Amino acid sequence: MTPPAPVRRRVVVTGLGVVACCGIGTDAFWSGLFGPAPVGERRVRDFDPSPFLDVKAARRADRFQQFAVASAQMAVDDAGDIGVDPMRAGVVHGTGVGGLQTLEDQVGVLNERGPRRVSPFLVPMIMGNAGAAAISMRFGWKGPCETIVTACAAGTQSVGAALRLVSSGRCDAMITGGAEAAITRIGVAAFTNMTALSTSGISRPFDVERDGFVIGEGGAALVLEELEHARARGAHIYAELLGAASTADAHHITAPSPGGAGALACMELALDDSGISPAEVAHINAHGTSTPLNDLAEAEAIEKLFGQDGPVVTSIKGITGHSLGAAGAIEAVASCLTIEHKSIPPTVGLERLDPEMHINVAMGDAAELPGGAVLSNSFGFGGHNGCIVLAPLES
Amino acid sequence: MTGMDNEAAFEKFKSTAVEVLQVPEDKITLDAKFQDDLDADSLEVVELVMALEETFDITVEESELDGVETVGQAFEIVSSKL
Repeated sequence: MTPPAPVRRRVVVTGLGVVACCGIGTDAFWSGLFGPAPVGERRVRDFDPSPFLDVKAARRADRFQQFAVASAQMAVDDAGDIGVDPMRAGVVHGTGVGGLQTLEDQVGVLNERGPRRVSPFLVPMIMGNAGAAAISMRFGWKGPCETIVTACAAGTQSVGAALRLVSSGRCDAMITGGAEAAITRIGVAAFTNMTALSTSGISRPFDVERDGFVIGEGGAALVLEELEHARARGAHIYAELLGAASTADAHHITAPSPGGAGALACMELALDDSGISPAEVAHINAHGTSTPLNDLAEAEAIEKLFGQDGPVVTSIKGITGHSLGAAGAIEAVASCLTIEHKSIPPTVGLERLDPEMHINVAMGDAAELPGGAVLSNSFGFGGHNGCIVLAPLES
Repeated sequence: MTGMDNEAAFEKFKSTAVEVLQVPEDKITLDAKFQDDLDADSLEVVELVMALEETFDITVEESELDGVETVGQAFEIVSSKL
């Protein structure tokens, strides 16, 4: 006997918040995506936690948690009066490494001043779930509150997991997203020594001269709501979150599977989950890290699924750099804004497309977004793949 | 007690507590309760005691903090070591 089809409710995005190197808040962030790009690490230089956390709270929150709280507050403010039953409202939040700066600082304290001087706040500051926990406490949301730690796929997989909690009927609203603050001495040394970072400091996704990713940081949050719940309160709807997929390469701890097989399978599943065909995808917000291996594998996967004349592909990492566990969340916000503005930001930093790639990458000026869906990809060390599909809301 | 009278010691205690707990100085009275009056949970009391160890160059064992609820009790532990 076939089991009954599960309940599948429609889910929309009603609030956005973002803390990125190119802008804090959606307006500044959106204009920042069009360049120019800085050279070198992409730190959020003018971030001030004080509008979001008092002095004591800020001191007891690692920078990644500050990004989480700030972006969530902006998203909730943007969503307006959500008016949800707290037991049916939850948080799924992603990070790659949690409170790395705090850990690094406290290891220094341990070595210089001994174990008795290690902060009693070390554990709640470094734990990866500190962001999710802080968000649930701030808004009093008492449904599922979970953290996804899948390296650079964490942000996108968090949005997908939050989608499932609403579409399945467990929750009516979710705050989802991701945050990362890993531009620390140990973080930079580690990525440098694994030869993942660009030595030129230039992020140029899909370019023939790309030489690694440029490290970034930040946080982004989205409020997801069940469609009728959002409609009933007259919420502004940025986009419908049509579907998502999560898969593993099961291949290698850092290298993508050959020919982009893992990325391809995940994109196919995400389109199936969304009930759309490849022809209905208008735009791809790519993972596009500017590493030789990722970009080639992703381009191969895109070509296999969409053909050589496929949807317009962009990677905003030319501007934002790679903010690891926050990247997918920041790109989900960028994808919603792409739909809102009907405009595709260019792949800043890309000058000459790698001739081995046969995909349609946005360069130069902004391109108009044709009608259709937007696919956003993230792929993480560990072989984690995450894809989400967004589209303008149609009745 | 050597070198420092109680009043001077309490002034130093207060300025450390203001810095760590981020509360106005006038709230730090001997009968103020950490939890109820100063919004300081048990981890914050541990952090304060660590700062006091530095300020006064003393050592306070964790077991000595059992049952400490007020500023007066904490100050008593500190002043007994000066």
